[in-house]
Amino acid sequence: MSSLLVLAIVVAIGVVAFLIGRQRAAAHENGTVKPHSRAHYHGWWAFLLAVLPALLLLAVWTIGSSVYLDRHIHAALPERTADSKVASEALDVSLVKSLAKGIRRLDANTLPASFAELQPLLAAKGVALATDTQDYMIPIAVEANKVQDRLGLFGAVITLALAIAGAFYALRQIAPRARARNNVERLMLWGLLAASTIAILTTIGIVLSMLFQTITFFESVSPMSFFFGTVWDPRFADAGSGGSQGQFGLIPLLAGTLYIAAVALLVAVPVGLMSAVYMAEYASPKVRGVVKPALELLAGIPTIVYGIFAVVTLGPFLRDLSAALTGGSPFIQGQSIFTAGLVMGIMLIPVVSSLSDDIITAVPRAMRDGSLGLGATRSETIKRVILPAALPGIVGAILLTASRAIGETMIVVLAAGVAANLTVNPFEAMTTITVKIVNQLTGDLEFNSPQTLVAFALGLTLFALTLVMNIVALYIVRKYREQYE
Amino acid sequence: MTDIPMDSMVRAAAHPRRDIGLKARYAAERRFRIYGALAISVGLAFLAIMLITIVSKGYTAFWQTTVTLPINFDEKLIDPSNKRATDPSVLIKANYPKLAERALIAKLGIDPSNKPMVMKLKGFLSEGARVQLRDIVAADPSVIGTTRDVNILAAANLDSAFKGQIDLSVEEARRKVSDQQITWMNKLKADGVMAEHFNTGLFSYGASSRPETSGMGVAIIGSFYMMVIVLLLALPIGVAASIYLEEFAKKNRLTDLIEVNINNLAAVPSIVFGLLGLAVFINFLGMPRSAAFVGGLVLTLMTLPTIIIATRAALAAVPPSIRSAALGLGASKMQMVFHHILPLAAPGILTGTIIGLARALGETAPLLLIGMVAFVADYPTTPFDPATALPVQIYMWANEAERAFVERMSGAIIILLVFLMAMNITAIVLRRRFERRW
Amino acid sequence: MNIMTEQSLENAVGDKMNAKSNEVIKMRGDKVGVFYGDKQALFDVNLDVRLNQVTALIGPSGCGKSTFLRCLNRMNDTIDSARVTGKITLDEEDIYDKNIDVVELRARVGMVFQKPNPFPKSIYENVAYGPRIHGLAKRKTDMDQIVESSLKKAAIWNEVKDRLQEPGTGLSGGQQQRLCIARAIAVSPEVILMDEPCSALDPIATARVEELIDELRQNYTIVIVTHSMQQAARVSQRTAMFHLGYLVEEGATDKMFTNPDDKRTQDYITGRFG
Repeated sequence: MSSLLVLAIVVAIGVVAFLIGRQRAAAHENGTVKPHSRAHYHGWWAFLLAVLPALLLLAVWTIGSSVYLDRHIHAALPERTADSKVASEALDVSLVKSLAKGIRRLDANTLPASFAELQPLLAAKGVALATDTQDYMIPIAVEANKVQDRLGLFGAVITLALAIAGAFYALRQIAPRARARNNVERLMLWGLLAASTIAILTTIGIVLSMLFQTITFFESVSPMSFFFGTVWDPRFADAGSGGSQGQFGLIPLLAGTLYIAAVALLVAVPVGLMSAVYMAEYASPKVRGVVKPALELLAGIPTIVYGIFAVVTLGPFLRDLSAALTGGSPFIQGQSIFTAGLVMGIMLIPVVSSLSDDIITAVPRAMRDGSLGLGATRSETIKRVILPAALPGIVGAILLTASRAIGETMIVVLAAGVAANLTVNPFEAMTTITVKIVNQLTGDLEFNSPQTLVAFALGLTLFALTLVMNIVALYIVRKYREQYE
Repeated sequence: MTDIPMDSMVRAAAHPRRDIGLKARYAAERRFRIYGALAISVGLAFLAIMLITIVSKGYTAFWQTTVTLPINFDEKLIDPSNKRATDPSVLIKANYPKLAERALIAKLGIDPSNKPMVMKLKGFLSEGARVQLRDIVAADPSVIGTTRDVNILAAANLDSAFKGQIDLSVEEARRKVSDQQITWMNKLKADGVMAEHFNTGLFSYGASSRPETSGMGVAIIGSFYMMVIVLLLALPIGVAASIYLEEFAKKNRLTDLIEVNINNLAAVPSIVFGLLGLAVFINFLGMPRSAAFVGGLVLTLMTLPTIIIATRAALAAVPPSIRSAALGLGASKMQMVFHHILPLAAPGILTGTIIGLARALGETAPLLLIGMVAFVADYPTTPFDPATALPVQIYMWANEAERAFVERMSGAIIILLVFLMAMNITAIVLRRRFERRW
Repeated sequence: MNIMTEQSLENAVGDKMNAKSNEVIKMRGDKVGVFYGDKQALFDVNLDVRLNQVTALIGPSGCGKSTFLRCLNRMNDTIDSARVTGKITLDEEDIYDKNIDVVELRARVGMVFQKPNPFPKSIYENVAYGPRIHGLAKRKTDMDQIVESSLKKAAIWNEVKDRLQEPGTGLSGGQQQRLCIARAIAVSPEVILMDEPCSALDPIATARVEELIDELRQNYTIVIVTHSMQQAARVSQRTAMFHLGYLVEEGATDKMFTNPDDKRTQDYITGRFG
């Protein structure tokens, strides 16, 4: 029985339990005892007791049986020897599994014994299998299917039994003074709590997934040569060959990342901050009504559009411009730190301005009045009172923006270049951490080579870097807000 | 008047004027103000320049040049040995481009035996003619032996030339369209046979190595699946999490931890979510690469913090008086939240959700890592089939060298921006309309 | 309404007749009206402010007294929707005239606010702020002197002289308010406007500030908005009673509190509303 069908039946049992429960409880409503909970709460309680434990069991059972099946196949496979035709044990298991999936479409009694005969049969059914599937896998796959069927059937039976038991238990509980509402609400609260822990789970998922791959990476490349290496030359991984060792130096990538981010901030911070000041202190409501949404729209443009603007329009323009200026060879390359930084800066203008707008408007009006009341002009008030008062908040905002700049991907992928240079000339190309993550992980890849694993080490570095900046920034901003609340 | 004697005294008592440097200070004031206005203009000017360059490059993508030719579905050419009844693959393998070429030769009045001239016709019509004519025959084999007018796509280079995008002053050998082809093109144009039509293919075709037959059909479907998944997962989870944090959570370590996590996740680079998706969903849980489902999950995780932050702000904006009113009537806390607070906060939640969805729709980087940079020609029928997404399609076209792809890419950007603008404007309008000052 | 206005005019004129010769009109409001958007908050107010006297503006909340006060140094300019009609003069000059500079005006007519609002800077910098922006001190020693004398005049010098570099926000509420007064004095204004300066303070701090106001009267003209009639009686020489945007009655404080002419003033003073 498929899981989906079991799921449907469980929900159906739940619905029936809901209807019966509600009806039974409604019968009490005209009785002498005032019921504690409204009828539909009894219904919901019955539904939840019928469905939740059953689904939990189903989930655990499904995971458990797939683990069991893996082990089963493992045990059935012949001992690996040096001349095994399949590259790895894990691949062995996965081949058997896809074979098992394929032969489900065929009549189990008339299976040919060799893969050569089997393949055209499967192909006729639209199943394509890897060519290194071996003959000895066929009986294992047939056996695996049988085990899977047995497990599935057993799981379905106990799931349904649990659902019915839950429903009966809940229905028997129905009484005028039964606290069905409290029960339902307690479960709801757990549900709400569970939803909010997803944030934690995501973070844990991010850290663990990258940590494991990074540790594997450090088994073949030493952390020293990664963190302090000045040469990035990963070479290409030939699938299965083990690959020639490349060099994985973080320094050129980190330098490029920081350089481009610095250029971007140099553009975004003054412009964004001044826009925010103007909007908060000078602009008439009419201007504000137009410019604010426009800046929001600017913030809503995806970064790939900025990247394409950089590579299709701005890059060639700057190159030609510099060529015209020197009267020959261009000193600005089509892909350069300057171009990428400039466009990233434009992208960050609305970010800076909306963050600082919030910060500036949080400075109490009394501060403004105090300064104006002494005869300060508006700009004096801004420069000498408001901005100094808002400084911690603005620092926080800039840190947040910097973390955006460091983690930005599409603009640099398109506009910064892929060569890992170490240079101080802003008109040359440099590459960044994010560019290399994308480069190492797109296209055909073998998952366990250092060439792909390094992407996770880079990702972890990036995550750690931005995490520190975010937490510091959020802490500063929070403290700042509390000061004026 | 009694005031008159007073006046003289007033004057006498008047303070002497002090010099407080007003002139210089007002100059500084003006300068400062100009800097501010300048900063805003710079921001808006960039917006304008970017939009103008993209639109000017891309609007032509919405038109496509076709040649209307009377195609003679010649039985001798399609099925010379007349065995289509027994072997339908004949109809698939037939030399359809030849049909189109013949019709074009006839139309232009070229002598079919003049081989050099016929050679020059190469690359005039799109290779897509094969599929186009094949589909006509496959749908209705009775067409064989008859003649019918068909709009055949022009090749990408001719399309560009027709739109006037190719500089004809360049030496013939250095451009992709020959003088002879231009002459023919002008002749066909004068005959009204060659014309531009609205480019429906841009919206319906899948991936193709030829610009004129590539479109965003697969990407639109892929993005649609992902948005549905994000909406179905992120909205309920986000609202539930916000309700817990805003209404029920006690001030303790766990709550603090959750809050720090959410705020941090909102600022984590999106590419990190791609790494998470690759490592956890694809490698660990064995989900398929390139699938919209995985993309949807990754974007959900990425969008959740945005929705949670917006929802919490909306919940917090509902005044305590409403809460006390509900509780005072004997509502349970859960009832108070779901009957009163949530409906009042709905516009704010909706606004946050739309903005989150818009961000997810435009997001590219994490999708690159989970294999959505894929050449997918067929529509994905379920979210588990290989698909691409709108921004990823744009990225792939950006990496193509041909000029016609740049045009398609700009067209795709326009479509993406139209979607995003519509979403953002909806959010802004919603916020304006329902903004409530308690 | 006319009757009321005439009556208060009469009072004003009558008072002037009795006035001693040193009673000079420092500021004068002539038919002052204030609109916030379409809503009128203040109607045809005629009021004189006399040199080196404390004028108290009293009345129930929302009566327009703070609005009038904010007109006197054009703080209403900072509110986008606010519009002022009528005429207000400072030394016979219309302060809403095009030729009058608002920055200069505020340097002459200083203001102390309801809630103490020291800048998040050091005590020294708080006081030095005004003189610095107006360029009143050429040398560091001049500035030190201005700061010291202002703090002394504000009667807070002894409490803060050892910690001038500490942030002003770290002081107690009463000290903060006196710091704000010192900050206003440092610009050497001619008139000081005080908008309920004691409403956020405890009774002891209030007493200190009231004492201070009385001392300051020697050198400055003071207009104070207050919620408390006792305070008005304690510190002011003249009192003006506002109600619903109108000036109800104005006169010498002694007379106002013992023998007011207007029924509403009587009611307010005896606590019937407020």
